[in-house]
Amino acid sequence: MSKKDRMSGNEATAYAIRQVNPDVMPAFPITPSTEIPQMVSTYIANGEMDTEFIPVESEHSSMSAAVGAEAAGARSMTATSSCGLAFMWEELLVAASNRLPLVLTLVNRTLSGPININCDHSDSMGARDTGWIQIYAENNQEAYDNFIQAFPIAEDTRVHLPVMVCQDGFITSHAVENITIEEDADVKDFVGEYHPEEFLLNPGKPVAVGPYAVSNYSMEAKYNQEQAMIRSKEVILEVAEKFRKRFGRGFGLFEQYRTEDADFIMLIMGSAAGTAKEAADRLRERGMKAGVLKLRVFRPFPAEEIADALRGCRAVAIMDRCESFNGHGGPLSSEVNAALYLNGADVVSVSYVYGLAGRDFTVETAEGIFNELRDASESGKKLTQYRYVGLRTRKGQ
Amino acid sequence: MAGYNLKEVMSKPERLAAGHRMCAGCGATIGIRAVLRALHEGDRAVIGNATGCLEVSSFMYPYTAWEDSYIHNAFENAGATLSGVETAYRALKKRGRLPEDENFKFITFGGDGGTYDIGFQSLSGAMERGHDMVYVCYDNGAYMNTGIQRSSATPQFADTTTTPVGKESHGKVQTRKDLSAIIAEHHVPYVAQTTFTKDFKDIHVKSEKAIYTEGAAFLNVLAPCPRGWRYETSEVMKICHLAVETCYWPLFEVEHGNWRLTYEPKRKLPIEDFLREQGRFKHLFKPGGEELIEAFQAEVDKRWEDLLYRCSR
Amino acid sequence: MRTDISNINEQSPCEDLTEGLMIFAGGTSKNFMTGEWRTQTPIFDETKCKQCLLCAPVCPDGCIPVRDGKRSDFDMDHCKGCGICEKSCPFGAISMQQGGM
Repeated sequence: MSKKDRMSGNEATAYAIRQVNPDVMPAFPITPSTEIPQMVSTYIANGEMDTEFIPVESEHSSMSAAVGAEAAGARSMTATSSCGLAFMWEELLVAASNRLPLVLTLVNRTLSGPININCDHSDSMGARDTGWIQIYAENNQEAYDNFIQAFPIAEDTRVHLPVMVCQDGFITSHAVENITIEEDADVKDFVGEYHPEEFLLNPGKPVAVGPYAVSNYSMEAKYNQEQAMIRSKEVILEVAEKFRKRFGRGFGLFEQYRTEDADFIMLIMGSAAGTAKEAADRLRERGMKAGVLKLRVFRPFPAEEIADALRGCRAVAIMDRCESFNGHGGPLSSEVNAALYLNGADVVSVSYVYGLAGRDFTVETAEGIFNELRDASESGKKLTQYRYVGLRTRKGQ
Repeated sequence: MAGYNLKEVMSKPERLAAGHRMCAGCGATIGIRAVLRALHEGDRAVIGNATGCLEVSSFMYPYTAWEDSYIHNAFENAGATLSGVETAYRALKKRGRLPEDENFKFITFGGDGGTYDIGFQSLSGAMERGHDMVYVCYDNGAYMNTGIQRSSATPQFADTTTTPVGKESHGKVQTRKDLSAIIAEHHVPYVAQTTFTKDFKDIHVKSEKAIYTEGAAFLNVLAPCPRGWRYETSEVMKICHLAVETCYWPLFEVEHGNWRLTYEPKRKLPIEDFLREQGRFKHLFKPGGEELIEAFQAEVDKRWEDLLYRCSR
Repeated sequence: MRTDISNINEQSPCEDLTEGLMIFAGGTSKNFMTGEWRTQTPIFDETKCKQCLLCAPVCPDGCIPVRDGKRSDFDMDHCKGCGICEKSCPFGAISMQQGGM
């Protein structure tokens, strides 16, 4: 029987980790994900789980040890945020290219500098091309649910890729919400046991991991890795469907909130999707056909599916909680625009940058963006691309 | 530990296969073979490896020279990677996912670049946490894989590609980092410094102790590099002999905090004897080099006295 | 899923490469003949050999096969001709000859 409980996103994640009880978890503290290894350590200290926790001396070592443990045949995971993720960058690539089904629970936080502990997506967005599957949560419930789905996706033989489960720092990780939690036995049964076919500790069956490969092999290896990323899409959908059937919740690649007949859509990831939905509800009461496309899976990028979901609307606001420093918008905007263009979806799009380093994103701000889309659409006036939301300037916005 | 018998240990199956691409005359692989011979037959091993000559030459796809399971991860994290493997072993054993009677040992190899320098933090962490593993540094005193750049293990005055000898330069300015002592100060159960001696008993016995002492162990193996040190490939045993006899590379071990010399030269040879054999020091034998050799000798003497003091306590 | 590396070469299609470029086998390097590198070659004179085995551990390539405490002739498929063994022999049972042979 599932039950309701009040939990922060970090608590919900740690609770799910206890239920999955992975074999090995190396971790190093960093705000705002610190609570996760703390809580796991406490569960272990109290005999409520028996994962081998490695209190490593850095995030680089947490991912390095996770790579070693996973290659050795142990279901392994770690947790981090921000600079911690940046420090393990090289290892993210190693984990993915070695095709290791690790899980990383990431509590999104801005990257330095300036050093700041609050949420944006610059950490995971920076790691978007490291070969990891990336799944984003809007709220505590999704942080819990997504974690439970992570190992079944990663370990599927069609995939064998690591999965990064992302939630927003503080907004999700520290805010307490009522969520539904499942029985330990049900979670364990859903995730299943881990029995890899080949692993370092398989007696009498040696394995060699991490070769030097000449150019003749390297390009083919990268292509094979990309094929696994492409295949992961169907696996993510299968696992989501299995989860929905069993526990009655969840989404596939994205959630479409009141988009069926929408003229104006906000495409957004993470906790701000809730704010966007509230704005859409209010605007609908006032007669605007507003909707929200909340992207759950950023890697693999569901380009065709997004284009199809947006095809009928008049304009879309693409919301990046990340600066890309490329002179023409955030990463989400680049990818969505490419998806629209390549799939022939003739939709007006405007890219916005919002919420950097924890800057508030309010319902009123979201409403303002919808109104801008409508005004521009009605007047035929072209909107300036690549706009910062809520930025103070001498000229004002 | 059983008595050492060269014929017996040489009759064991090789665990580092031929066909690896290390240079002709490479000291590192002599060391690797010696360490692996100390594994008891029947025991399995997972070998870790920092990026370096050994890695790019011993596992060049699809050719692995390792008869045991092997993992290379990156340059700076051989300690952490094997920490993960060793922890996985404990986890899987605890959970009944490995047969009770299968014993695995964990040995990781790194050059001085991957060990003294870029991998120092990862090594220190692994040692401090006390994983049941052996970290073996094959110390050839420079970043040989990238083309003989100085490391913190490079001896003073060595001519390397980032400390080239020139009109304004006598080679490397600084003296060596004493990594064996630093790891000993982690108070791990076993640390030893060794190299190749005539019958390879010293390295064998120390390797066996390191592998079969419970907890973290560290072996520092002087492994000459003919390319970087500039000597004829055939001369490696002579070079190692002189390193020991001049007390440049003393043979000692630290067992549960107890420092002990495992060999003491009857008559300490002058450091020139070691330096003269190597092209990287040839500038010391030109006019004006006497003072530099004197300084080198003074440093060797000071460190030797320190070691004697530590071993006498 | 064990790897047979004879099916893998630099012209193999991507489908034939192993997942993550892992090799599910040990000691496959024996199939790579480093003996071709040799510019000088050790000659073993069995009549002078006293089977002291001091030559066996000094070889960086494990090219001196030892079985039951006795060495046999060199593994010329892999010997790189470094000459360390010649210097280690107290009985002159190994001599280096110019050329790869």
